[in-house]
Amino acid sequence: MNKPEPRTYVIAAVIVIVSVILLVRLFFLQVLSDEYEVSALNNSQRHIIQYPPRGIIYDRDSIILVSNKAGYDLMVIPQQVKIIDSLRLANALGIDKESFRERLAEASFYSRFQPSIFYKMLSAEEYAGIQEILYDYEGFYVQPRVMRQYADEVGAHFMGDIGEVNDNVIAADAYYRMGDYAGVNGIEKYYEKSLRGKKGVKIFLVDAHNRIKESYKDGKFDTLPEAGKSLVSSIDIDLQEYGERLFVNKIGGLVAIEPETGEILALVSSPGYDPNLLVGRNRGYFYDSLLNAPNKPLFNRAINSAYPPGSTFKVVQAVIGLDENLISTSTSIPCNKYWVNCHNHPPATSVTKAVQFSCNPYFYEVFRRMVQRGYEKSIFRDSPIGLDMWKEKVVLFGFDQSLDIGLPSVSSGQIPGSDYYDALYGQYRWAFSTIYSLSIGQGEILATPLQLAHFAAIIANHGYYYTPHVVKSVGEEGKEAKYRKKYILPFKSEVYPPIVEGMKNAVNAPHGTAGLARVKDVTVCGKTGTAQNPHGEDHSIFMAFAPMENPKIAIAVYVENAGYGGTWAAPIAGLMIEKYLTDTITNKWGEERILNANLIPETADEKED
Amino acid sequence: MRKRINILKQIDWFTIGVFLMLAVIGWLSIFSSSWEGIGDSMFEPGSRQMKQAVWVGLSFLMIILVFLIDSKFFSAFAYVLYGLVILSLVAVLVFGKEVNGARSWFELGNFRFQPAEFAKIFTSLALAQLLTSFQFDLKKIKHLLWAFVIILIPVAMIILQNDTGSALVFFALVIVLYREGMKSTYLFIALAAVLLFVLSVLISPGWVLAGSAFVLLALYWLNEHDNKGFFVALIVATGIVVVLFLLKQREILNLGFGWIVTIAVLVTLLSLLPGMLRARRNTALVLSAILLGTFVYINTLDYVYYNVLQSHQRDRIEHTLGLKDDPLGIGYNVNQSKIAIGSGGFSGKGFLQGTQTKFDFVPEQSTDFIFCTIGEEFGFLGAGLVVLLFATLLVRLIMLAERQRSKFSRVYGYAVVSILFFHITINIGMTIGLMPVIGIPLPFFSYGGSSFMAFTLFLFIFLRLDANRLEIFR
Ligand SMILES: [Zn+2]
Repeated sequence: MNKPEPRTYVIAAVIVIVSVILLVRLFFLQVLSDEYEVSALNNSQRHIIQYPPRGIIYDRDSIILVSNKAGYDLMVIPQQVKIIDSLRLANALGIDKESFRERLAEASFYSRFQPSIFYKMLSAEEYAGIQEILYDYEGFYVQPRVMRQYADEVGAHFMGDIGEVNDNVIAADAYYRMGDYAGVNGIEKYYEKSLRGKKGVKIFLVDAHNRIKESYKDGKFDTLPEAGKSLVSSIDIDLQEYGERLFVNKIGGLVAIEPETGEILALVSSPGYDPNLLVGRNRGYFYDSLLNAPNKPLFNRAINSAYPPGSTFKVVQAVIGLDENLISTSTSIPCNKYWVNCHNHPPATSVTKAVQFSCNPYFYEVFRRMVQRGYEKSIFRDSPIGLDMWKEKVVLFGFDQSLDIGLPSVSSGQIPGSDYYDALYGQYRWAFSTIYSLSIGQGEILATPLQLAHFAAIIANHGYYYTPHVVKSVGEEGKEAKYRKKYILPFKSEVYPPIVEGMKNAVNAPHGTAGLARVKDVTVCGKTGTAQNPHGEDHSIFMAFAPMENPKIAIAVYVENAGYGGTWAAPIAGLMIEKYLTDTITNKWGEERILNANLIPETADEKED
Repeated sequence: MRKRINILKQIDWFTIGVFLMLAVIGWLSIFSSSWEGIGDSMFEPGSRQMKQAVWVGLSFLMIILVFLIDSKFFSAFAYVLYGLVILSLVAVLVFGKEVNGARSWFELGNFRFQPAEFAKIFTSLALAQLLTSFQFDLKKIKHLLWAFVIILIPVAMIILQNDTGSALVFFALVIVLYREGMKSTYLFIALAAVLLFVLSVLISPGWVLAGSAFVLLALYWLNEHDNKGFFVALIVATGIVVVLFLLKQREILNLGFGWIVTIAVLVTLLSLLPGMLRARRNTALVLSAILLGTFVYINTLDYVYYNVLQSHQRDRIEHTLGLKDDPLGIGYNVNQSKIAIGSGGFSGKGFLQGTQTKFDFVPEQSTDFIFCTIGEEFGFLGAGLVVLLFATLLVRLIMLAERQRSKFSRVYGYAVVSILFFHITINIGMTIGLMPVIGIPLPFFSYGGSSFMAFTLFLFIFLRLDANRLEIFR
């Protein structure tokens, strides 16, 4: 034999020591500590979730917009199922025997011991139909759920809807379990945490086969569900309904805002859809068909469709031009059609008249003065400086910003700066002549109806605003702080009156561009615009506020493929203003004209983007 | 004929007895962990326990085969077999099937087969063959490097398969090298490296560096009994620390705490150098070199830890070291596993009566977490018995290895001991939260054919060599 090697004993000792460590650890874990036995007890409890009612949504006059109705999921625990007569239950549910077997197989595949949904969202009537026979089917039970109910067929876009949470939502928020519902759009999504309330739980003990034995400690640890908070929306549902009616057979959107509070009164996107379609177990089917429908009814044009704002943007140029003393109230600029095309109109001898007549060369020159400041000799070096100074002012009005209005995914539109053109053409390779169409709101500027309405509200207020919002109050807490904060723009207060005067004249004076927006006994101030559309007829745009002295409503209207802004968008705005201010329509002829108009181009469904 | 009878007498039946006990308990655990309720038969065709039974049967056939082969075969063909298994590791990278993110399986009809499991056996044989070569001496760096080449080739292939756990197993063979005479300094360096790593994750690289620096300074004092020199050094070091701190506060020089102390101690040690050289002593030089080495090591480690390791790997390490408490995330498996084992109590809930290992509370309950089933259903008595059986097996195998006349057999025996030891410690340690979650099976227990078969073959080749111990005089 070999002579004894000391390292043998080292190795053997290490093995013995490690074994002793494992034994000691096991002894602590299994014999000394009872912490893990308690945990195991928790593992063998069954927690039955109690779903709270979801918060109600009201309109600004406390009319219920969204409420709840009962829905029931038929659950199954495959391991406990002893089928006596599957045909009877299948018939009661209105499915065939094959489908019944498939559903059961799918549930077994998920887990034999854990409950899974066998049949989704039975209505109260359907539930009553199977309640009687359900006692004969061991392993099946009913889990109450919350379903939404919409009072009317309007407002789908801002209210949004709820749907089953997907894996991403569950991963992001531990509150949710498979099969739970959460807001997927609109107010429902943005205010999900307020609306959902808090789930309660009833704890039961289960045996080794996961069958319920008894309530755990007589319900001592059960928690009651907390109802979701109710919301009062700022929307005036009558005005909303009227807006949607005016937009029948038209594509586009409108947003109306109460200037002195920032509350959004109406938010119309057309085509719309009946929100009740997206409730219950047919949600998936209707959702898909809406997704593929022509003109994209699910797309919220009011906050997401961004177009060049056209001539409405001249008002922005006027404010900045006056504020920077690039023009005075009495600056006269000839209508030089060599610079940029224009229509025939009396001479624009002041900024007021330039707004009234919407003179293109006038604002071409104003914008040139802004861009070419003369800080650099080369216009290629000078223009980027001027453009960025200009952009800095423009974004103050909410352009190029995603406004936090209480709805998810609000588009920001676009205001190009020097970085934009540098990327497009290269640094110092563009100048005013490249970008002059920005002067009249064409080219690379993009704004949504929401942004234009917000801008109209700022002009109506002579320079202050509250962030626009769709929810006036949350539960008992009232209005959120972020919507109570007043913002004042850093422009001189003298700049607004001459511009407002021009907007008044655009609607009310003989040579104005927006006569169709006139309202009896109300001074409407407005500005037309036309968004050039390379795919077809131009988009008709109008923004306005009224009454002039004490504005109660500011509005922006986009009608796609409807041509010149004064023709269609302006009269729709006029009708909305009259409806909101007086609750009556005196201009019956104008109303008929709009209601009967069909402005959907035949090929629009293939042109959208 | 005479020879066969002799062999049967020479076989170590004690080891076979322990092996059989482990195999039976293992199989029952697999049955229990895949049992779903009354009505499930123990011999249900197609069930996990029956699939495993087929593998156990095949393994027994292989045992007979091993005893029919001449024992010289294993040393004569050691390198050939090693080469073949390396080829199969390459092949699996190309033709293999990916399971749980690791491309380490061949698929033949219903059966899956993992060559990495067998690589352990043939690497051990090759290592035994290498260490037995003429004038081979592990004290020579060159020879030691050859040994590591043998070990590291399969490691590299298995890491490429994305199966880090199985690759780590091969490092257990260092125990063999230690037994066969590798300088223990290397082992100390390796242990110190692990300790420094754990400490720098637990505390912070800076503090660990600072601590090492002062330990080295203290070593200087202990070694040199140079009180005066030491106190001068201490004052100089403190002075440098203060100056660097002030610079840091003025934001002139932004150095971490560890850097400051290291630089201070380094400068101090080097300042003692002239005096030391005059006295023909090199303690300061050696300590400075160690300190520099530690410094480079910790900073490299810090970089690797945050820039090379993936976040889930960091999470596992930090969770094991108790830095993260996240029972629903990375710690879910371990927490559920601890609950299952802990709820077994002293004597367990009884066979098939476990609630935690049913209902999917514990994931991978029949493979990597099979020990939970034993812990829950048989309690401390059962789990302790399994640990004791494994310890007995290992100690017995050491005794067998030491009684070999052939160095080849001894080295191979120690390889069996090392690799089994590693698997057992990591796997059981993992289920009770002492080790990070490294997905390697528990020998003879975990569900999986190649695993069971490979461990059986691994063990019985050694028993075959042992049975022939008297005939070999090499
Ligand atoms: Zn003009």
